[in-house]
Amino acid sequence: MIVEAKRSPAQYRLRRLIGNIGFGFSVLVLISPAILFFLWMLSLSFKNELDNTDWPPVFIPQSPTLDNYREVFARNDFLRFAWNSIVVSFGATGIALLIGVPAGYGIAKMHAMRAAALILIARITPGLSYLIPLFLLFQWLGMTGTLTPIVITHLVITVPIVVWVMISFFEGLPPELEEAALVDGASIWQAFRYVAMPLARPGITVATILSFIFSWNNFIFAMVLAGRETRTLPVAVNNMLTFEQIAWGPLSAAALLVTAPVLILTLVAQKQIVAGLTAGGVKGA
Amino acid sequence: MMQQAETITASSSKGARARNYARHYGWFIVPAAVVVLAVIIFPWIFTIYVSAHDWHLGGARSWVGFDNYIKLFSDSRFGWAMLRTLFYTVLSVIFPMILGLAAALAFNHKFPLRGLARTIFILPMMATPVAVALVWTMTFHPQLGVLNWLLAQVGLPPSMWIYSANTVIPTLVMIEVWHWTPLVMLLILGGLASLPIDPYEAAKIDGANGWQAFRHITLPLLMPFIVVALIIRCIDALKAFDTIYVITQGGPGSASETINIFLYLQAFAFYNVGYASAVVVVFFAIILALATLLLWTRQRVKMT
Repeated sequence: MIVEAKRSPAQYRLRRLIGNIGFGFSVLVLISPAILFFLWMLSLSFKNELDNTDWPPVFIPQSPTLDNYREVFARNDFLRFAWNSIVVSFGATGIALLIGVPAGYGIAKMHAMRAAALILIARITPGLSYLIPLFLLFQWLGMTGTLTPIVITHLVITVPIVVWVMISFFEGLPPELEEAALVDGASIWQAFRYVAMPLARPGITVATILSFIFSWNNFIFAMVLAGRETRTLPVAVNNMLTFEQIAWGPLSAAALLVTAPVLILTLVAQKQIVAGLTAGGVKGA
Repeated sequence: MMQQAETITASSSKGARARNYARHYGWFIVPAAVVVLAVIIFPWIFTIYVSAHDWHLGGARSWVGFDNYIKLFSDSRFGWAMLRTLFYTVLSVIFPMILGLAAALAFNHKFPLRGLARTIFILPMMATPVAVALVWTMTFHPQLGVLNWLLAQVGLPPSMWIYSANTVIPTLVMIEVWHWTPLVMLLILGGLASLPIDPYEAAKIDGANGWQAFRHITLPLLMPFIVVALIIRCIDALKAFDTIYVITQGGPGSASETINIFLYLQAFAFYNVGYASAVVVVFFAIILALATLLLWTRQRVKMT
C-alpha cells in the first residue's frame, strides 16, 4: 500500500494498462474454446468434401457452398424429423406449463418443501433410469411408433424445470396483492389467475424457454422410443453419422441446423436463461 | 365466495388465514402430482419390481429375488464400469470447478462487451449435445482432424484421442469440461453478485492485497455457492450419457463403458431388462447417497 502511494500517476496508469491487457487476454482465452468450436462447425458446413478432408485444414472456405445444406434436405426426411421435434418440444413444454405453473404456485403458498424435494430428486436421477419401465409400459399399451410416448417421457424433464422455476418466482412475489384480492371477494383461483400469474409472467417466460431447450436437446428418450417415422432431430442426426462415416460437410450442416434454434434462442434470451439456471440450478434429465 | 371472504376478514391473525387456505392450495398441485406419479414415481417402483426378475424383452420372465444384485457384484464388467465412472466423474468435477471459479471471477468484473462474452461462454451448455458431439468426433480424426493439426502447431506429437483406450476417457472429459464449465461459472457468478462490499472496504483499510482479500473474504463467503455447484457438477458428471454414447458407444473395446453405457447396453442392446433394472437401483442408491452427503456438507458449511 505504501509503495503504491509513492508511485507517479504515469507509472500507475501504465500498470493499469498492462493489467487491463492481461485481463482482456484471459477473457479471450476463456471464451475461445466456444468461439473456435462453433466457427469450425460453421466452416465445415460451408465447404465441399475436398476442402473438408484437406491437410493442412482449410479454415475459411475457398468457394463457400450451400450444397451440404441442400443434401441434408434432399437425402433425409429432414423436414419430417424437424416437425417431430417441434411437436414433441412444444407438446411437452405446453403440458408442463399447464400443470407446472399452478403446482409451483401451490407449493410456494403451502411451503410444501417435501414436494419440492421430490421434484429435485427427479432432477438428479439419470434419464436412462426412467426408460426401462416406461418402455415396457408403452409396449404393453401398444403405443410405440407414435409421438405420444416421446411427449410423455419428455415430461420427466419439462415438469421439474417448470415447477422448480415457478416455485422460486412465486415465492418472490409480495403476498399482499393476492391477500387484498381475497379480501375483496376473489376466489383463490381468481387470485392466482388474475393477480399472481400476470405478476409471474417473467418467470413463466424463463420456465418456457428452459423447458423448450432441454426438451429440444434431449436425445435418449426418442432414441429408444422412436420408430423410423417418429425420430426427433437429435436422433436423426445421430443416425446420419452411423451411415455416412466421413461425409463431414452434410453432417456439420445437419448438426448446425439441429442446434441453431437453441443457439439463437440463447443469444436472444440469455438474460432469462441465466436467471432461470441460477434460480434453482435446473438442467434437463 | 362471500363466505370465504368473511372468514378472511374475521380471522385476525395472519397465521390463521394461511392455515385456512393451505388446504385449498393443495388442488393446485393435484394435476402435476398425477403426472409426477405416472412418469416419475411409477417408474421407480416398477424398476424395483423388474429388478427382482430374470426378464428379457420379448422373452420369458421369472421371479429370481435378489439374484440380479448378487450377480451384479460379481460381474467384473460392472466393476470396471464403476471404476471408469469414478475416474470420469472425478476429472469432470475438478476441472470445471477450477475453471468455472476462475471464469466467474473474470465475469464479475465490468468490462466492455461483457454481456456478449458471457453469452458466448454459455453457448456450449445450451447447444444440442448430440450435434456438438458429432462435430467433436470429426475433430478427433487421427489423420485429418483439426485437433492433431493444432497439436502439431505447438510442437506436440499427434494424439489418438478417442481411438485409443489410453486417451479416450481424458478426451471425453475434455468435452465434458468444455460443455459444463459454463454452468459452474453461472452458479458461482450468482453467488459473487450477492456478496456484501463492506468486508472488502475494511480489508482495504487494513492493507490487505488482492490475494488476501480473495483467500480470506471471497472464498469463505462464496463457499455455499461453490458447494451447490459441486453437488450439481457431481450429479451431472455421473449422469453423462449422450456425448459418450454418440462419440464412442463405450469403445474402443469397452474402454469408455461407464455405468450409464453399461446400463443402456444391458437394457436395449441385450434386452436384459431385469439385470439392467438392478443396475438402475444400485446407481440410483449411489447418486442419492452422494447427494445426501453433499447436502450434509452444505449444511455444515452454512453453519460455520
